[in-house]
Amino acid sequence: MNFAVLQFPASNCDQDAVHAIQLLGHSARLVWHKDTALGDVDCVVVPGGFSYGDYLRCGAIARFSPVMQAVKQFADNGGLVLGVCNGFQVLTEAGMLPGALVRNRDLQFHCEFIFLKTVTTDSPFTNRIPAGKILRVPIAHGEGCYFAEEEALAKLKANNQILWQYCDATGNITDSSNPNGALLNIAGICNERRNVAGLMPHPERACEPLLGSADGNLIFESIVASLQNNSVAKAA
Amino acid sequence: MKAKIIITPKKAVLDPQGKTVQSALEHMGYRDVTGVHIGKYIEIDLAPGTDRNAAQQAINDAAHKLLSNPIIEDYRLEIE
Repeated sequence: MNFAVLQFPASNCDQDAVHAIQLLGHSARLVWHKDTALGDVDCVVVPGGFSYGDYLRCGAIARFSPVMQAVKQFADNGGLVLGVCNGFQVLTEAGMLPGALVRNRDLQFHCEFIFLKTVTTDSPFTNRIPAGKILRVPIAHGEGCYFAEEEALAKLKANNQILWQYCDATGNITDSSNPNGALLNIAGICNERRNVAGLMPHPERACEPLLGSADGNLIFESIVASLQNNSVAKAA
Repeated sequence: MKAKIIITPKKAVLDPQGKTVQSALEHMGYRDVTGVHIGKYIEIDLAPGTDRNAAQQAINDAAHKLLSNPIIEDYRLEIE
C-alpha cells in the first residue's frame, strides 16, 4: 500500500510515521505542504509536530496550506486520512473532524505512555485491534484536551465515532487515567463517514519493542487490512 | 485604520490559564475577583481610506475562518 505523510514546517513526527509504515512493509513518502497534489496514494497521514509553529492555534494555519486542499478532496472521495497529535488538531481545525483540542487541564505538556481502550472495531483504523486489547502508546502534547459542544458529543456517541478513550491498565475509563481533561476521556475519533480519524497518542512511536511498545502497529495494520479488503472488493 | 479583534474562550470550554491566574490573584489578596478569562488580542492594520463596511465584513469573515475557532472561542471586532 502507498501512504503519503504530510510535511509542514515544524512537523516532527513525519519521519517516525514513514519508519513505522515501512517497517510493516509498505511504501511511505513525504508530501510537502506546498504541493497541490498527493499523487497515487491509498492513505494520508497527517503527522505530529508543531505545524507553522502552532501560531494562532495548533493546526489553524496548516489547515489553509495547499496540500490540505488536496487532502480534503481525497477524503471527500472516500480516501483514508489519519491525523496524529498535531495532525488531529489540523483535521479538527479544517472541519474534517468535529470538535477541537484545547490546552491540557493542568497546563502541563505530557510526554508519557498512556493506555487506550478501543471503543469500536468498526472502522478502517481499528478493525485489527483484538476485542478487549488495551493499547499502550505514548502521548506528547500540551493541547490535547478534546472538547465538543453537547450536541456534537451526542452525535459522536450515537454514530459510534469515538474510537479510543484514555483508560487505566485494565481498561477502566477513569478521571485519573485522563492525561489532559478530554471530555469523555476521548483520545481519538472518526468522522461520520468513518474514513477520517484523528488521535492525540502516537501509534508511530509504538511500532517496535525497542521503543517500549509495538501496539501502535495495530492501527496501521487495521488501515492496511481495510485497504486490502477494498481492493479485493473492487477487483471482484 | 485598524481592526481590533478580541478573542475569548467560550464559557463551556475549560480555561485553566484563567483559573490559575484567578487563584494567584486571590492569593495576592484581590478578594473581589470572581473570574478570569484569558484570550487573545489581534490588531490588523488596514490601508487608509478603506471602506469601513467592507472592512468590517472582510475581517468578520477572517475572524470566523482563521483568527478564531467558533467551536471554542467568541470574538469581538472593532474598526477604528
